[in-house]
Amino acid sequence: MFKVRVIPCLDVKDGRVVKGVNFVDLRDAGDPVEAAIAYDAAGADELTFLDITATHENRGIMLDVVRRTAEACFMPLTVGGGVRTVDDIKILLRSGADKVSINSAAVSRREFVKEAAEKYGEQCIVVAIDAKRVKRAGGSDRWEIFTHGGRNATGIDAIEYAQEVVSLGAGEILLTSMDRDGTRQGFDLPLTRAIADSVPVPVIASGGVGNLDHLVDGVREGHATGVLAASIFHFGEFTIRQAKDHMVRAGLPMRLDP
Amino acid sequence: MTVAIIDYGSGNLHSAAKAFERAARSMEDPQAIKVTRDPDAVYRADRIVLPGVGAFADCRRGVDAVDGMLEALTEAVRVKARPFFGICVGMQLMATRGKEHVITEGFNWIGGDVVKIEPRDESLKVPHMGWNTLDMVREHPVLERLPLGPKGRHAYFVHSYHLNAANEADVLARADYGGPVTAIVGKDTAVGTQFHPEKSQRFGLALISNFLKWKP
Repeated sequence: MFKVRVIPCLDVKDGRVVKGVNFVDLRDAGDPVEAAIAYDAAGADELTFLDITATHENRGIMLDVVRRTAEACFMPLTVGGGVRTVDDIKILLRSGADKVSINSAAVSRREFVKEAAEKYGEQCIVVAIDAKRVKRAGGSDRWEIFTHGGRNATGIDAIEYAQEVVSLGAGEILLTSMDRDGTRQGFDLPLTRAIADSVPVPVIASGGVGNLDHLVDGVREGHATGVLAASIFHFGEFTIRQAKDHMVRAGLPMRLDP
Repeated sequence: MTVAIIDYGSGNLHSAAKAFERAARSMEDPQAIKVTRDPDAVYRADRIVLPGVGAFADCRRGVDAVDGMLEALTEAVRVKARPFFGICVGMQLMATRGKEHVITEGFNWIGGDVVKIEPRDESLKVPHMGWNTLDMVREHPVLERLPLGPKGRHAYFVHSYHLNAANEADVLARADYGGPVTAIVGKDTAVGTQFHPEKSQRFGLALISNFLKWKP
């Protein structure tokens, strides 16, 4: 039976968790490996690391983080951020990542998705889509792809893009609403639903979670297969277990293994 | 006792090796986990693990690319009867054929083809990614004391294809994902899982421990 996945996401810069993680007594709140271990113990269904390291020189630090996480945590791990070549994917998978998420490199060159999927299998290629609602003069609103943290408009329609990357071999879509990211107002449900209903692969909803009802809505209204959140978990507002219990009470199928 | 984990370029090699090391450490009689691409080491090992992620044909090419590996593996498992554990595509390779994009010969240890999963419920997404409980089909030492059944623990799946076994007797456990999905197979001294025990937290480690204790 299908179970909804709850996925905490850690932004990692130069090998440190941005803003730290404070939901449990950690020796070092900025160490992504310690945070991963805590989320593993808390029953997270998967973990996502987003590497926002700016410089190429510091990329190697992330590989060490991934390697140490895989040594300590026996749970699924997705790593994204700065993935541009098939070699980037190879080295992340070999370090212990299970899935690799591709963002702007797929926007600038779609064939990269195909090359990656053919080499490593569709099941480990996630395409991260950052979308924003765009008003169109005389027409209906639509969602377009933005890159560089929402700063760069591309003019590409998000639904068409999602369908295209899936046809090229993306095995999962990580969908972030740039309008909702950081607002705590909940997922952009029409966007999530529009994308989830137009592709056969799993869609993970991201951006805007402020309470536990938002997680339920993402699945029920947004048709997402999994829900990703950061701050509501990192700062101890809710535990993974509270989130899952809440979703069970709302009637969603969840994994509650101790 | 040595456990050889075959290195043929598979993506989950590191995680698999770490999980086996962890499981081995907690046993009374520790076994040495050795990651190797040396056919001779595989031939001499007491147990053999074949990890695997990605496309069936690509994994098959990976095994074939290591000179003498298939021969050593076949000899060790089929003739010397060494316990074998195939993970994900490493399990699928035990089948007669893979039908992912192209038709590719498997090892033919377990009769059947590796075919695309087709959930009856159209709202279910493929790839099947996520956690599932397992239903036991046949008792086996590697399943001993594992919490199976709908109220049991979950295992982590990431796949679009599964081994459609020709003989029911070769299936040890199934998952339900809009229809039956082959989750664990076992025949003679070989077992394999469609899911990733190395990513299935405590449940996965318990299964690996059972394999390490298994004396067929």
